[in-house]
Amino acid sequence: MSKNIRIIPRLDIKGPNLVKGIHMEGLRVMGKPEQFARYYYETGADELLYMDIVASLYGRNSLHDIIAKTAREIFIPLTVGGGLRTLDDIRDALRAGADKVSLNTAAIGNPQLIREASRKFGSSTILISIEAIKQPDGRYLAYTDNGREHTGIEVLEWALRVEELGAGEIMLTSIDREGTGTGYDTELTKMVSGSVSIPVIACGGAGNISHIGQVISEGKADAIALASVLHYDFIKNNEVEIDAANEGNIEFLKSGRGFLKVEPANLSEVKNYLYAKGVQCRCNGTAEILSGHNA
Amino acid sequence: MAIMHKLKVAVIDYEMGNLFSVVRACEYAGLSAVVTSDKSVIMASDAVILPGVGAFGDAMHNLRKLDMELPIKEFIETGKPFMGICLGMQLLMTESEEFGNHKGLNIIEGRVIKFSAENGGGKRGKIPQVGWNRILFPVRASENFWLNSPLQGIRSGEFMYFVHSYYPVPSAEDAVLSTTEYEGTQFCSSILRRNIFAAQYHPEKSASEGIRIYKNWASIIGRQIEERNGKKA
Repeated sequence: MSKNIRIIPRLDIKGPNLVKGIHMEGLRVMGKPEQFARYYYETGADELLYMDIVASLYGRNSLHDIIAKTAREIFIPLTVGGGLRTLDDIRDALRAGADKVSLNTAAIGNPQLIREASRKFGSSTILISIEAIKQPDGRYLAYTDNGREHTGIEVLEWALRVEELGAGEIMLTSIDREGTGTGYDTELTKMVSGSVSIPVIACGGAGNISHIGQVISEGKADAIALASVLHYDFIKNNEVEIDAANEGNIEFLKSGRGFLKVEPANLSEVKNYLYAKGVQCRCNGTAEILSGHNA
Repeated sequence: MAIMHKLKVAVIDYEMGNLFSVVRACEYAGLSAVVTSDKSVIMASDAVILPGVGAFGDAMHNLRKLDMELPIKEFIETGKPFMGICLGMQLLMTESEEFGNHKGLNIIEGRVIKFSAENGGGKRGKIPQVGWNRILFPVRASENFWLNSPLQGIRSGEFMYFVHSYYPVPSAEDAVLSTTEYEGTQFCSSILRRNIFAAQYHPEKSASEGIRIYKNWASIIGRQIEERNGKKA
């Protein structure tokens, strides 16, 4: 049996809200992250990912309350990222209830942080987020601060380096595709996943179920992060709680509109699709599948 | 007779990884968990968990530095329930080949070895294994094999969450409670030996079926205390 592909809902957090942007900009408020997290847990998410997407900009980390509430009742791995700069920041996130942390800006600024953190907390706790933008000459360069800051570092070179420094996993986001619904960057994913021996989580661009199949079969992704496809499905089928004190752009929520570029799907639909394509993944109703396929 | 106090579980803290999810899973299963490296707290507990994430050699070094080796062995000799998780399972074995050879606690006879980078098809497999995989009855086990064990009520083929590059090979075949296959290698994913239950996966990160393991284990602890009280009375 080959490995099972993980499907990881990604929840971008700004203040108390779950948000979603395009190329990480133009954020829309989607609702309360805890409500989405609970639903994804119950419907078969393999892990959860919380990203405080403005933390790096303001040097703050407001996620702890949300993490603590989530961790009390959700027993799948929870990765937390955004604004974590020091070993103490990492320890605080773990203490609040995260199982893993995601580092980008701080790791690029100080690569030794990866070595120290993986020694202290275990490699499997340290996930390195790489934000890639394709250059006119075809090269992929790593960015920080949600694709705002140029580093001049080549993505592949950086991926090999973080593996050597002790990172347990890489989350590879195509900023070009992020939030667009036009599909993952399979070329980027394949380049990195084929070169490192640690797992690569493909992120950014999923607009429908077939995009997911593609980044697994062609891009050789070990796991995939999903946001819009799942969030818009949730909004379509559930009553979203909106805080009266909500900050941010909630106009689209009130209007009841979806997002034209995205065909929403729930986790069961995603997994059934993958299973039918011969991709191994953890499905609900294990026993039924087993008896049918004599695994 | 109902048990009036909450069952006390000591989660051994030896500076290896994140113990909070273990504590939360215990609490969710109705157990009162305390993170400790205090010998008297360990010995006074109803059950003990040895968790752990990280390198085998560092872990043994820390256990020795904190004088935890003897209390662990003494606790296990009391016959009270003991759970090893992930690295905490591997440490119970005789030795590991991780970064050279390291002696383990030698409570369960056997070795800890690394996944081969080459899988059956000659392709390079990803190591560590990170993610969900099935736990299965060992070959020749009956349908009731998990009855009265912490895996009671779980279906053979259920998914659990794994993060590891190494796996244990117990010398006694009958210590194997479940097996799992990864990249062409069939390995021992849980062990049951007397009062010791050990899992290579993380039940506390394995959703509702993982929590079922904690609940089963809590029942086992409770039953044992009732039996002991019964004998006293």
